[in-house]
Amino acid sequence: MTRPIPLLLLLLAIAFPLSLLAGRVWLDFSATPNAMVILAELRLPRSVLALVIGAGLGASGAAMQGYLRNPLADPGLFGIAPGAALGAVASFWFGYAASAWLLPLFALAGAAGAMALLALIAGRTASGTQGIALFTLGGMMLASLAGALTSLMISLAPNAFAMSEIVTWLMGALTDRGWSEVWLAAPLTLAGIACLLVAGKGLDALTLGEAAARSLGVRPGVLQIWLVAGVGLTVGSGVAVAGIIGFVGLVVPHLVRPLTDRRPSQLILPSAMAGALLVLVADSVCRILPLVTELRLGIALSLIGAPFFLHLLLRMRQGAM
Amino acid sequence: MLGARDLHLAGRLSGVSAALEPGQITAICGPNGAGKSSLLSCLAALLVPDAGVVELDGAPLAAMPPRLRAQKIGYLPQQGEVAWDVAVRSLVALGRLPHGDDGAEAIERALNALDLQALADRPVSRLSGGEKARALLARVLAGEPAWILADEPLAALDLAHQLKLLAHLRHAAEGGAGVVLVLHDLALAMNHADRVLVLDNGAVAADGAPEEALSAEVIQRVWGVSAQWLGQRGAQALVARDCSPSSNCD
Repeated sequence: MTRPIPLLLLLLAIAFPLSLLAGRVWLDFSATPNAMVILAELRLPRSVLALVIGAGLGASGAAMQGYLRNPLADPGLFGIAPGAALGAVASFWFGYAASAWLLPLFALAGAAGAMALLALIAGRTASGTQGIALFTLGGMMLASLAGALTSLMISLAPNAFAMSEIVTWLMGALTDRGWSEVWLAAPLTLAGIACLLVAGKGLDALTLGEAAARSLGVRPGVLQIWLVAGVGLTVGSGVAVAGIIGFVGLVVPHLVRPLTDRRPSQLILPSAMAGALLVLVADSVCRILPLVTELRLGIALSLIGAPFFLHLLLRMRQGAM
Repeated sequence: MLGARDLHLAGRLSGVSAALEPGQITAICGPNGAGKSSLLSCLAALLVPDAGVVELDGAPLAAMPPRLRAQKIGYLPQQGEVAWDVAVRSLVALGRLPHGDDGAEAIERALNALDLQALADRPVSRLSGGEKARALLARVLAGEPAWILADEPLAALDLAHQLKLLAHLRHAAEGGAGVVLVLHDLALAMNHADRVLVLDNGAVAADGAPEEALSAEVIQRVWGVSAQWLGQRGAQALVARDCSPSSNCD
């Protein structure tokens, strides 16, 4: 057991009940009418979903940084989140209002499409000395293509209402999410984190560079497949139920790394827990801020994330990392 | 035995054959671009030759499962990359990955062999160049491979650390391991290797005991340098006299 896990468990044990009480209405079981209904049908699924999405983003961020041997890597680099967003935006075009399931299913299909393309790219880049660089470039091309297609779909939106819906949804939020979203995202995210944990030893070997990792028996193609499956399932399911939530995957591994022995495999589980904690707390803060409309979670996290990213860059320039 | 038979690799190797013996230090020498690192990568199964086979104890290396191969062949790349600031003990423990165990005893043996016990908990970023080179070699030793293949392991080290690392490699060879080193410094190869393989333009130019494979005649032919060995056996120095206009020493 790595050191940060008990600490993170404790923090989660404190934050989770508080998040259930926090909101526009602070739950007081003796005074609030329908307190149990609010708790069971609104607060509980939303908090569980925050844990699930945060865990997926944190774990996939840690794995991506390990894979690319770069502290600036982010789960979005592979094009899976933009692929899922493209799928989701496509569902607006096909009348998503017809069924609550259409949007997440389209988003999952988009993520799956991006994963399939990445697997194809992996098959062609696994051998060779520059495998990781080529694979990552392939992923970035996919991200760029999916982003452009998403923008095209938005610009060609059938009506202003649809366009506004698309843009708002892309910002990422947990508002009004319920148990159906939890049941969709939780199993996929857990399966994804399991895939990333399987990839952990290979990521450890990559600490010594690609050639040394291969000499240690790591099969680059197999590692890429576990990674694509892990990042695809966690990020794809997260985008499918909550839209795009940035920066968690970048920031969380940095916060957790000094508490571990810095091996990538030892960072995945603590990053999942810290990601869960960050999204849970951020979503609770969004709910209690006294604004006219609730602050979108994606915006809130980017507001935290951007200054942090800048701080990180400056520290790296000073050679402190 | 680790053997290469008629290896061809476009633009890098043309018909290289060599049978390497365990319990020896074999040095691979040659001018820049002669194919030394390519040969070592082929021997470690990191590069697949266009033609020819590499065999380990008579079985083709390419057909061996990667993990089994990794248990038998330890490879130390030229770039001493360590992406994350892990502690020395964690770094050395990476050598156990092919075995899938924690290998605590093997890790302790490797740390002891390279005098790293006192540094075991120190992060890699706080090691000197010599300490880091020792830690990286300890990582290879922790896997207890039958073969240690190292690409220029002495390049970034000062004289004292070069000799220390060579002593550790000699100790591993005496323990039965086959040690294969790409070396740039011909004097180190002459004084410390049991056998030298000289490559020139991707082909074997000389192969044998250091005195034969690195004779003045071979150095003239391969490097185009008129040179002379001074000193006694085991402590010789190379003095280069001049460089012929047609040579690659321009």
